[in-house]
Amino acid sequence: MTGTAGTAGTAGTPRRASLAEGGWRRIIRDQPLIPLVILLAVLVALLEVAKPGIVSGNWLATTVRAAIPLAILAACQTLAMLTGGIDLSVGAVASMAAFLMATLATGQGPVVAIAIGLVAAMIAGLVNGIGIGVFKVHPLIMTLGMSLVVLGLMSVYQLLMVRSGTLIPDPILWLGSGISFGFVPNSLLVFVPIAALIVVGLRRSGYGRLLFAIGDNPIAARLAGTRIWQVHVALYILSAILAAVAGILITGVANTATVSLVEQSVLPSVAAAVIGGTSIMGGRGGYAGTIVGALILTVLTTLLTVLEMPEAVRQVLFGAIIVAVAAAYTRVTGEA
Amino acid sequence: MSSGLAAVPRDRAEIIERAGSWARRNMWTLGLLGLLVVAFAITKLLQPNYGPAAIQGLAINILPIAFAAVAQAIVVISGGIDLSVGPMMALASVTSAVLMKGQSDLFAVGVVLGVILLGLAVGAINGALVVVTRVPDIVVTLAMSFVWAGTALLILNTPGGGAAPWLMAIISGPLGSPWLPKAMVVLAVIVGVLWLPLRRSTLGLTLYAVGSSRLAAFRSGVAVGPTKIVAYALTGFFSALGGLALTATGGVGAPVPGSYTLQSIAAIVLGGVSLAGGRGGVLGPIIAVIVLALVRTDLFFAGVDPNWSTAIQGAILIGVVMFGSLVAMRRVRA
Repeated sequence: MTGTAGTAGTAGTPRRASLAEGGWRRIIRDQPLIPLVILLAVLVALLEVAKPGIVSGNWLATTVRAAIPLAILAACQTLAMLTGGIDLSVGAVASMAAFLMATLATGQGPVVAIAIGLVAAMIAGLVNGIGIGVFKVHPLIMTLGMSLVVLGLMSVYQLLMVRSGTLIPDPILWLGSGISFGFVPNSLLVFVPIAALIVVGLRRSGYGRLLFAIGDNPIAARLAGTRIWQVHVALYILSAILAAVAGILITGVANTATVSLVEQSVLPSVAAAVIGGTSIMGGRGGYAGTIVGALILTVLTTLLTVLEMPEAVRQVLFGAIIVAVAAAYTRVTGEA
Repeated sequence: MSSGLAAVPRDRAEIIERAGSWARRNMWTLGLLGLLVVAFAITKLLQPNYGPAAIQGLAINILPIAFAAVAQAIVVISGGIDLSVGPMMALASVTSAVLMKGQSDLFAVGVVLGVILLGLAVGAINGALVVVTRVPDIVVTLAMSFVWAGTALLILNTPGGGAAPWLMAIISGPLGSPWLPKAMVVLAVIVGVLWLPLRRSTLGLTLYAVGSSRLAAFRSGVAVGPTKIVAYALTGFFSALGGLALTATGGVGAPVPGSYTLQSIAAIVLGGVSLAGGRGGVLGPIIAVIVLALVRTDLFFAGVDPNWSTAIQGAILIGVVMFGSLVAMRRVRA
């Protein structure tokens, strides 16, 4: 490839150009984090130019605090996309877990309420996994249908529980929106272990490799003895649990709980994973990029708010940027 | 298909055999028709005075979703998927409503044609991006759904504008018999005039071929890229019709697309269009739209909390897809 051409060492001008280009491409292909971090830094610099003095310890804390739930939701997409799937039910499932927790917290106590939220999410994930793994339903359709079911059930539940009201327990508020020492959001306590587990788990654990294997070549994975349906079931349960955690954190930030609180974060969660370099066709990507992707989207939103762009312009730019970044990846890696 | 038409069947056995194979090929659509009859029967049972007026209301209600379903069906048949159908409808709806308000009838005709061309252009942009960037369809159209939704909001921030009276009249009320709503006729005529000849043409064949197997289509000399762009342009075209239907039914432009993208996907899946591409038509999805609307009506008449209907719709979607894939798996094994 271009890399070996460079090591041959003859220094003609065209070859040097191709070496430079090849090196650049290789960096993006093998180390997608580097250009992503540069992009993030550029955005932060633009923000500082647009509104001098905005970048501070407190700004850092609020930005990270806003990015963490998005990054967790994007983790669901990253894991699903690695197998060639997608999980569009994260919004409904996250809202469900948060809403169950908030309505049950008064009567049952916060611990039981959170547990019920997580269990309900796991059931939704289990059904997703069975549909996708056993019945071979397209993940897009399965999770879309599941989000309708969950949303409908929660609307019914909401009418039943209209009297009890919602309560966000204090520990959740502290965890979701609290900031320690002026620049450390408390939600890092939840996020750092999750992120570490996913980043390391994807690279080092057998299960992580199975996700890549299934996404890369499902037939080869099956012939190698992988029970694909079991991997899918575990994946979508895991995804639902992560979504539930994100939902509960988001209630902590927003200090409210509704049945569609997280719905608006579904598309950005897909966008974060795509920007982070995970291919929707499966087999390529990782979680570190996704985290930076979530940060980029958060900073971008702040930047557009600071520039007083109307919501409509923000949406247009958002979409355009996703297409541009995805196209850049495809060009560079030579695959979808 | 065309060869079947050309040759005159010789004897009864052959006719029966032809009919049998036709029925097998269209099993899913026939099943849906059966389901439609059952749904109508249940509706009539639940609400004995369900009559022409209710059917006209139903026809007007489903018109935008039916166009959305046709739009989605075409792109999925050609092997893609378009998650920006809803926003494209919103864009067409606000553009038409803003331009039409307070203008003459003749001007409104120009607006309608212009909006349809806009739909073609918007769809072609989606398609060109998919082809040129080689980014997966889902990602491109997901991102473009932001773009079109934002553009619609830029044009009109809140529901407003107006619709030409003739546009509203064209779909309301019956045509001849009170059982034949105008909206249904409009749908049938547009789909019949545009889609049926197209499907029989070379272009239609290439759409199915590309959806069925890109590689095989390419090796048979089909220009895969342009075909995909045409498919997306057609999707934009029918989305624009859906947006015009939105304006016509509501009388104003609606900048927020609602859940038309999701409903269009649900309808095509129920309607027997394979998400893998190359299989299905537009009749199935239209019938599926009617069935889904009737299910909602039935639930309402049965006194079920409307919130349940969302959950039930999702459950139906999942259930039917699971059933379909079970059938497909059986077929593979057999």
